[in-house]
Amino acid sequence: MADNNVFDINNISFYYGKNKALDNLSLAIEPGNFYGIIGPNGCGKTTLLDITVREKTPSSGTIQYLGCDIKKYSRKGLAKEISLVPQDFYINFSFTVKEIVLMGRHPFIPRFSSPSSFDLDIVNEVMEELKIIKFKDKYITELSGGEKQRVIFARALAQNTPVLILDEGTSNMDIQYTLNILDIVDSNVKTKKRTVVAALHNLNLAAVFCDKLVFMKSGRIVHHGSVDNVLKEENIKDIFEIDNHIYFDHYSNSKQVVFKRKRLA
Amino acid sequence: MLKKSEFGTSIKVAPKIILLIFILLIVILFSTGMGYIEISPLEVIKIIIAKISGDNALLHGINEIFPYVVYDVRLPRILTAAIVGGGLSIAGVVYQGILLNPLADPYTLGISAGAAFGAAIALLLNITLLGIYSVALFAFTGSVATLFAVIFLSSSDGRLSSNNLILSGIIIAAILSAGISFMKYVADEQVSIIIFWLMGSFGSKTWPDVSLTFLFVSIGFIICIFFARDLNIISLGDRSASSLGIDTTRVRLTLLITASLITAICVSVSGIIGFVGLIIPHLMRFFVGPDTRKLLPVSALTGAILLLCADTITRAVLTAEIPIGVLTALIGGPFFCYIFKRKRRRTGG
Repeated sequence: MADNNVFDINNISFYYGKNKALDNLSLAIEPGNFYGIIGPNGCGKTTLLDITVREKTPSSGTIQYLGCDIKKYSRKGLAKEISLVPQDFYINFSFTVKEIVLMGRHPFIPRFSSPSSFDLDIVNEVMEELKIIKFKDKYITELSGGEKQRVIFARALAQNTPVLILDEGTSNMDIQYTLNILDIVDSNVKTKKRTVVAALHNLNLAAVFCDKLVFMKSGRIVHHGSVDNVLKEENIKDIFEIDNHIYFDHYSNSKQVVFKRKRLA
Repeated sequence: MLKKSEFGTSIKVAPKIILLIFILLIVILFSTGMGYIEISPLEVIKIIIAKISGDNALLHGINEIFPYVVYDVRLPRILTAAIVGGGLSIAGVVYQGILLNPLADPYTLGISAGAAFGAAIALLLNITLLGIYSVALFAFTGSVATLFAVIFLSSSDGRLSSNNLILSGIIIAAILSAGISFMKYVADEQVSIIIFWLMGSFGSKTWPDVSLTFLFVSIGFIICIFFARDLNIISLGDRSASSLGIDTTRVRLTLLITASLITAICVSVSGIIGFVGLIIPHLMRFFVGPDTRKLLPVSALTGAILLLCADTITRAVLTAEIPIGVLTALIGGPFFCYIFKRKRRRTGG
């Protein structure tokens, strides 16, 4: 049996009022890959990701998960397949870190039941992996932005799903933890054959970690394919309207993009 | 390694619940004995058992007016006060949870303004269609109508965001308040009755009041407990919650209607009693944390105890009866300022 695509997105459009956020967009997400979605602010990245987790329903077009219309899945069923690390993670109530991470097991714990030892093992493992175990009893409201984001990330990993969606999931973290998290994501993709779709702002990190890149502009996909094929000077120029230079960097063993000040000639 | 007990919900909170139930029973017992006519707790117990078992031999040696005072006058008032205290606290926990705002209370969405508006109409036009329940029925209708107006105003594309809800609630409450002011202005001699009703009272409550509030509050409590874990997860934000398999709009709507019906029935029987629904959930979060599954039962019991104590103070301790709504605001307001300030110092934010 041929592997189904994880997502088959066919001709979807999405409007906020009269503003078109996604414009007749089609994309196939193949399993076992780390996808980076790249594009300027307001190009529709978050909207696209929201549609993949069924947080939003497209105005027109269809989206299939594993070959079956995403609308046919129950909410709980989908939560066992796809997890999301959102861009905003403001929490007003003083839950402890371990309580938050355990919430990731919610779809697997029946109503009025206690978490099983399997649930707790996963929560422990994830907290170790993300180096948040040392403040597992702290309140989420007392943590710094980057720490909070690691907790939210742990919550999504505890969901233990075949597909992980990251919406700027590393925006508040320092470089050490950004690398830590992207390494974890990468090993999930490589060893557990998971699929990751991440909206990323940092082009060079995307170049190092992603298998495939999707370039978006004004609600459309303008280029997509393997990093080697699409990470090109003219594509960056096309999307972001900036001059840039791309070279192969031996230290990071990947393509890298560099920029220069406009004033200097 | 985490132990299973570290996540346990029933283990740590069960003794607290049992203790609170015990305290509640003691407070009911003693407050029943307090008042213009002093009755000892032992006599109260005898009277209650005699009433339930029908064994009148127990009443031997007790002043024959006492059973009437205990059973027909004091107990309905005392139980109504306790149930309303519990109901307002449950509603407070739920409102704070669905609106993602620790400063929300059962009245944030204008439920009280709706009730007050309905009651003011009944009092102003002297509607006595349904006898003594006319005002309560108008108040209830007013608050439910307000709730649906708020939901209608705040829903867009079939969604219900907390910001829209708060904003709609404030707008509608403002309109209704202006209406109430106008009614007070044209009311002439009725104005004092309207004002008195607005300040709340448990005076002259009857057994039907007790059973009606108990029915609403206990059914409401069961529904809220059913969705308690979903409410915890909604505090992660809508996008996270729905990615965890929660239909945020459906849960929010169900809980909103449940908490509002609890509030509506409480306001209809007792008038507007502020601060209970705001302070109790806040205070209880210090003791049991923000987990709704623990917070709901603990808040309900503490709310019942505290409102009953407050009502007993106005009824039996003070020489002149102060409206209960005024008393709770006078005690609760400064107390809230204190915990608010202390909490901010602790978290530094």
